[in-house]
Amino acid sequence: MRFWIGAGVAVLAAVAMAALVKYEYFFFAGYTVLMFIVLATAWNILGGYAGYVNFGTPAFFGLGAYTAAVIYKATAAPLVLQIAAAALTAGLLGLLAGVLTLRLRGIFFAIATIALTVIMQTVFINWRFAGGATGLQLLRPAPIAPFESYIKMLFVVMALMAVASIALARYIERSWLGRGLRAIRDSEEAAEASGVPTLKLKLFACCVCGALMGAAGAPMPMYLSYIEPESTFNLNYAIGALASPMIGGTATWAGPVIGAFVLSSLQQIITVTISNEMNVLVVGVLLVVFVVAAPEGILGLFKRWLGPSSK
Amino acid sequence: MARPLLEIKGISKHFGGFTALSEVSLEIAAGERFGLIGPNGSGKTTLINCVGGALRNDGGSIVFAGEDVSRLAPYQRARRGIARSFQIPRPFRTMSVLENLQVPLEYLAHRRTLHTADTASEAMQILASMGLADKARTPSNRLSQVELRKLELARAMAAQPRLLISDEAMAGLSGSEVDEVLKILFDLNARGITIIMIEHIMQAVMRFSQRVVCLDAGRIICEAAPAEIVKNQDVQRAYLGA
Repeated sequence: MRFWIGAGVAVLAAVAMAALVKYEYFFFAGYTVLMFIVLATAWNILGGYAGYVNFGTPAFFGLGAYTAAVIYKATAAPLVLQIAAAALTAGLLGLLAGVLTLRLRGIFFAIATIALTVIMQTVFINWRFAGGATGLQLLRPAPIAPFESYIKMLFVVMALMAVASIALARYIERSWLGRGLRAIRDSEEAAEASGVPTLKLKLFACCVCGALMGAAGAPMPMYLSYIEPESTFNLNYAIGALASPMIGGTATWAGPVIGAFVLSSLQQIITVTISNEMNVLVVGVLLVVFVVAAPEGILGLFKRWLGPSSK
Repeated sequence: MARPLLEIKGISKHFGGFTALSEVSLEIAAGERFGLIGPNGSGKTTLINCVGGALRNDGGSIVFAGEDVSRLAPYQRARRGIARSFQIPRPFRTMSVLENLQVPLEYLAHRRTLHTADTASEAMQILASMGLADKARTPSNRLSQVELRKLELARAMAAQPRLLISDEAMAGLSGSEVDEVLKILFDLNARGITIIMIEHIMQAVMRFSQRVVCLDAGRIICEAAPAEIVKNQDVQRAYLGA
């Protein structure tokens, strides 16, 4: 119950900000932070709960973005439909990629997901209708009332998606699904012997992860009024989606949320005050520090700080 | 005579050019206490990996309760009632002892009512019967060797099996600890569970088994009652190099 009150407050706060804050850049930056919360939450379902490290975030994110752009160009479909279609195609890609790669374990799975990103980028570079290598310019439609600007509307949409994806991750984590995924992470042989249908469960996780990442990518073409392959399939999405749960903690839904909030906010501040190169460096340094010094993330540090009495 | 619970019909397993099992056939009756012995590398674990489904047999078939399970995934065989413990314990190390048991309880015993069953109290009962009740909340990566062995058996029990395969559950344990694990296995058998025991500790196999088979280089070299098998020349040669 407390979770749902918190979720409601978060959405209301986003709406209130859209109504009260006049400064447009706040929404540009806030949108990115929220988007990384969705990406990190999605990544953690497969990478954190099941332990399958995935570098394919840009493939799913980019496919979502391109799906939205292409159906907007072809049919001028509204944003809600773009997001639904993006979730569908990216979810199917997750399922397909899962069938092909989930028999691989550890480092081999991770390598296969990098290949997936390269494949997707190559496809869209060569698809003329989607703009090819030069990309597509897109004209935003007018924002839907009561929103006065399109960016504010996208900010609230992304806030809703963040809450929805967190609720989904939290449900999975606490149900028998989550226990099955954790069993897979700990020992796949023992999980099977305990009756866990490991392949089915991994496919499910891969599909949900892909769909959420695709949905997170869907508003991107409208956010930028532009889409092109190089930046859409950028490895920085993979690193952000992976680094946030690592920094926040992979064991629970709160870890990726905290990690993404801290990391993306910091990145936004550094990009504006110092430089874009420095912000990439900061992600790298933070990731190394946390992997070495605090493998259970910020949440793990908190638990230890609260003392062994909570055990 | 009633149909055997497990029928292994001429199964073979090759790893590249190496033949781990060649045309092994076995029948195990419901309720039986069955011992499987053999020197290291003789194919014992390969055989039970084939029965459990972790490996697919190359030739022959495995029939469990009248159904050919040779092509089923391990979890599907677990649903039909084949449970196993692992030679090297494989606990779900990020979970507590209690949660370790909740996995098979949720996925096997209560898989039709996954959301409603109270698996915690059931898991506690199993832990109590194994003498692990006071460890229920302990993270499984902090257990001792003998506790890990018991957890392996407890988790297999939570699967509510008809056939339990115990893969060297006693290796490396002290005399009194061996007695503890033996008692657990006897209790399970008394409740109607068929048990295949793989073991190097001969004294334990002799006390426990009603029938023993000795494997050597992927073939069955002897099948007999415990008292006779130790007198068998082939078994002595395989084990002692005599």
